[in-house]
Amino acid sequence: MTSLAGPTQTYGAEAKPRMGFFTDTTICIGCKACEVACKEWNLIPEDGLLWTGESYDNTSHLGAETWRHVAFVEQRKPLRLEGETATVETDAAVQPEPLRWLMESDVCKHCTHAGCLDVCPTGALFRTEFGTVVVQEDICNGCGYCVPACPFGVIDKRDLPRSPDDAPLALPIFGKKEDGRVWKCTLCYDRLKGGHEPACAKSCPTDSIQFGELDELRERAEKRLAKLEAEGWNGAQLYGHDQNDGVGGFGAFFLLLDEPEVYGLPPDPVVPTAHLPKLWKQTALAATAMFVGVAAAFIGGRE
Amino acid sequence: MPSLGTSFGRGGATDFQQDLMNSDCIVIMGSNMAENHPVGFQWVMEARERGAHVFHVDPRFTRTSAMATKHVGIRAGSDIAFLGGIINYILENDRWFHEYVERYTNAPVVVDERFSDTEDNDGLFSGWDPEKGEYDVTTWQYEGVPVHGAAGQREKGFQGSHTKGEQSGHGGGGSGLSHGNPPTTDPTLQHPRCVFQILKRHYARYTPEMVAEACGCSVEEFLHVAETLCDCSGREKTGMFVYAVGWTQHTTGVQNIRAAAIIQLLLGNMGRPGGGIMALRGHASIQGSTDIPTLYNILPGYLTMPHVEHYGGLEAYIDETTAPGGWWGKADAYTVSLLKAWWGAAATPENEFCFSYLPRIDDDNSAYWTVQQMLQGKVKGYIVAGENPVVGNANGKAHRLALANLDWLVVRDLVEIETAAFWYDSPEVESGELSPETIGTEVFFMPASTHLEKDGSFTNTQRLLQWHFRAVDPKEDCRSELWFFFHLGKKIKEKLESSQDPRDLPIQDLTWAYPTSGEIEEPSAEAVLSEINGWDDKGQALAGYKLLKADGTTACGCWIYCGVFAGETNMAARRKPHWEQSYTALEWAWSWPANRRLLYNRASADPDGNPWSERKKLVWWDADQEKWTGTDTPDFDEEKPPSYVPPDDATGPDAIRGDHPFIMQADGLGWIYVPQGLVDGPLPTHYEPHESPYRNPFYAQRSNPRRQTTEVTEADPYNPVGDEGGADMYPYVLTTYRLTEHHTAGGMSRFTPYLAELQPQMFVEVHPDLARERGLEHGGWATIATARSAIEARVMVTDRMRPIRMGGEERHQVGLPYHWGSRGLTTGGSANDLTHLALDPNVHIQEVKALSCDIRPGRRPKGPALPERVTAKRDEAYALRGTPQAEPKDTVDTTHEREENG
Repeated sequence: MTSLAGPTQTYGAEAKPRMGFFTDTTICIGCKACEVACKEWNLIPEDGLLWTGESYDNTSHLGAETWRHVAFVEQRKPLRLEGETATVETDAAVQPEPLRWLMESDVCKHCTHAGCLDVCPTGALFRTEFGTVVVQEDICNGCGYCVPACPFGVIDKRDLPRSPDDAPLALPIFGKKEDGRVWKCTLCYDRLKGGHEPACAKSCPTDSIQFGELDELRERAEKRLAKLEAEGWNGAQLYGHDQNDGVGGFGAFFLLLDEPEVYGLPPDPVVPTAHLPKLWKQTALAATAMFVGVAAAFIGGRE
Repeated sequence: MPSLGTSFGRGGATDFQQDLMNSDCIVIMGSNMAENHPVGFQWVMEARERGAHVFHVDPRFTRTSAMATKHVGIRAGSDIAFLGGIINYILENDRWFHEYVERYTNAPVVVDERFSDTEDNDGLFSGWDPEKGEYDVTTWQYEGVPVHGAAGQREKGFQGSHTKGEQSGHGGGGSGLSHGNPPTTDPTLQHPRCVFQILKRHYARYTPEMVAEACGCSVEEFLHVAETLCDCSGREKTGMFVYAVGWTQHTTGVQNIRAAAIIQLLLGNMGRPGGGIMALRGHASIQGSTDIPTLYNILPGYLTMPHVEHYGGLEAYIDETTAPGGWWGKADAYTVSLLKAWWGAAATPENEFCFSYLPRIDDDNSAYWTVQQMLQGKVKGYIVAGENPVVGNANGKAHRLALANLDWLVVRDLVEIETAAFWYDSPEVESGELSPETIGTEVFFMPASTHLEKDGSFTNTQRLLQWHFRAVDPKEDCRSELWFFFHLGKKIKEKLESSQDPRDLPIQDLTWAYPTSGEIEEPSAEAVLSEINGWDDKGQALAGYKLLKADGTTACGCWIYCGVFAGETNMAARRKPHWEQSYTALEWAWSWPANRRLLYNRASADPDGNPWSERKKLVWWDADQEKWTGTDTPDFDEEKPPSYVPPDDATGPDAIRGDHPFIMQADGLGWIYVPQGLVDGPLPTHYEPHESPYRNPFYAQRSNPRRQTTEVTEADPYNPVGDEGGADMYPYVLTTYRLTEHHTAGGMSRFTPYLAELQPQMFVEVHPDLARERGLEHGGWATIATARSAIEARVMVTDRMRPIRMGGEERHQVGLPYHWGSRGLTTGGSANDLTHLALDPNVHIQEVKALSCDIRPGRRPKGPALPERVTAKRDEAYALRGTPQAEPKDTVDTTHEREENG
């Protein structure tokens, strides 16, 4: 694993403990307060009034205008493997099938090895003293390299006008000038600086979104998982907890009740820049081979 | 909430939400708590984490069901069948808490021999008068209580019509009891006419099999809930019920809650940590709006509103509203103090403290009755403040037609909601039934300020008064409610200043001097709170309602709020966090009454005053200090020992025994059986919803005989029901509800981008089998129709809508959120255009949780074609109606209906 961007070593004495989220989906009630609080605090524009029909999820995915997204998954599976669980009548005269409704508040993972940060040519993306990954909106030039570099599809370019007053005289046929910059969760860097927890965690009524020092959260999550396993919860698993995974562990990790892909999350995310050294080696090899080949052609041509 | 009022003495949630975490079994029924009370739901999650069972018994699988340990799907409108089944299970299996029931409830009381039960009359109680469509409630009294005494009159409404104003019991009653004790009791509970035996007979037919048949759940599911709830009750454990409008919005709404009250008394769960009945209110201050009522038939603090036909002067009023025992025995002090608060120095003993100034009710003035009067052109003007009735109330179309019949309409709201815009933007304008050119109503829209732009208090779902402070000044012409009514009152007073007409005296004498501040002259909300709290003759704030006097030396705007300004301190503004105090958090804000958080908490101790168990200890008798003590403010006279027996001449609180915990009741007992205060029966009985496609599996009497139905039938036609021909043209059960993302009629959410985008379109939820049956496509459009109207919605096919199995047949339920209308960022069909005006008789609440409908694929007809299609379908159904095919004994009901339908 490369370490093109280690967490906070560059801050020296100013480094703070690495902060993050532990999102425990087993107590998420799908209220979407996190989505609203995030938008209010960070002044993110509304991004369309599209009814999707995807259960109660009309946000669909994270993006420039959505930094928290609550996924809803309806399943004919039991919530617990033993004891009480809900059932649903299906076809007539058939035994009732189990039913559960999973809800999960997704967010930027603030990866240990963050692809977006690795590829940013302007330095707009940076690692904060809290170990989080933040875009500086006044530096971002909208090149968009970071967009494909994120293995989760989190960071995104804003297509909306910069503000309602932007290019007010432009004829509608030319459209409004797009913002063009990239946006994503800052883990409420401004709030953290002021000693507050992020808006989503603050608004979460059941503490499904837990904010704190990452090390402490990881310990808490392990205990939580053990309790759920003992209680027979179906499919309980941690996601992004493993520091040896493809992004070196998430700064914002999750406790899920099914495989990640069920929630629309990549099962085995790898930071694309992990391949850079290998790629450079191969490039160097190819260049050498080409050089040798070309030289050989010249040498041969003389003959 | 007369259900809780008549059962326990006070019309408020008996517990506080934080205490949910102490429960061993939470039954959420008639509520979608996770979606509609997400912040309070954290305590349900806490309970679940601590190992509690969380049951969600509901027609739909909601976000609450998803978080419950078990969801049991039942047919909408079958709640009393389910709860009655639990009562029967408790009695049949001897699961009741013997000492609690024998000592703390009216189970041993013997009932008058003229009482006969629904078991004897196939679904009717004794005293039914088919001519009047009313019960003679005197046959339900306790044995030995004079039936023509004040008790009967106290609860009596208008004679001769079933739709007129009623004064439901918000507690108290019990006149005719001597020193608070019922005259005849049988402590062994064996007397055939004692409440306990009546209860046993009444619920004997609510067997698990009948529950399964009526509710559409399985016997096993029902038994699991019943057994677990019983296992989680008793000395060591407690169970709690949580409900909201899923119980109240039925023609049997009050009785749904009563059924839970009976269960909680039988299991000994009242007044104890993790027990009780958590009534969830749907807005920030709905509890407050009944405490300081926006209702027409009560005065602040649940005092009775005088009738033209009753009471006469102050003395007679007090005589008839005072209970012989309990704190309603002090009704004179509450009444006189209220009059002093309103008319100040003008209120003197000589003029009966201006009692004659109080308006008298001479009719039903409830919202729905008023709308029907509007339709008949009998109402000139209407002020709508903080409501959007054409979207939020049942039968939106009838409301819009009614508003078009007014001379003037004032709408105060944050945005121009549908109620303000009905005259140019509504389905009726689209269809040509209304037109801006011909509507004579002059509409005034008054922009309102939000809660962030004004000071004030919310009284939340757990009776907690929490102060909020103005963060910013209101913009432009936006004004607070307080500003509007204060300055309106000032202008009216100015206009009447020199009037010599005696009818203007009540306004001339009214105390109306609140200090104002700022450029806009905003009145001081704290000054109003201070008046509500009250003061003595030296002008000092009163510390509590026990200090109120009937001699005119105290003034108090709402006796149950007395103490909120004790020591001239705004107690509602207290902000000591819960982690710095005990879990009852007595120093966070202030709750009525007397800052008690868990009502009737005397019952958390046994008759001798000791906690029932260490695990469930809350308030107990400290023999050394000779007073009640504990984690909560004791809901009992602090120095009255458990052994106290009132002398024969005792009145008021002194007439309550030391081991009777329900101090607002005349007898200090929890009422399993309600002899007075309710108009539709002393015990809950399963009736079908007014508009149910089914017959009643229990009795020949199909639906609540006492339910209110409209007189304006052309504006509120009903679908054929039960076994009637044409009922199968509206074959599905329709239920309406809210979503987390929106707020009721949408005025605060559909206009807000961050909320509108989360649920941006009206949709209808159906089960896959129904989708197949009707050819509905997920994501496509459907039209939902009743006899009133038809709306369109996007189709959401989901397992979460559970089919009903009745008599081996699968039938379906259709789910509609009711947030949408024609205005705002997201618009859509209004579910309440489909609903009707059949009401609960006690509180006049609409039955929008269970009615019948049809659903078809495709969008609804537009323009004049909409009413044409609705009428054609209805006419076709009515042509098939003919004579009812079955229910031979249902003659009473059909007579009733014929009267109503003209």
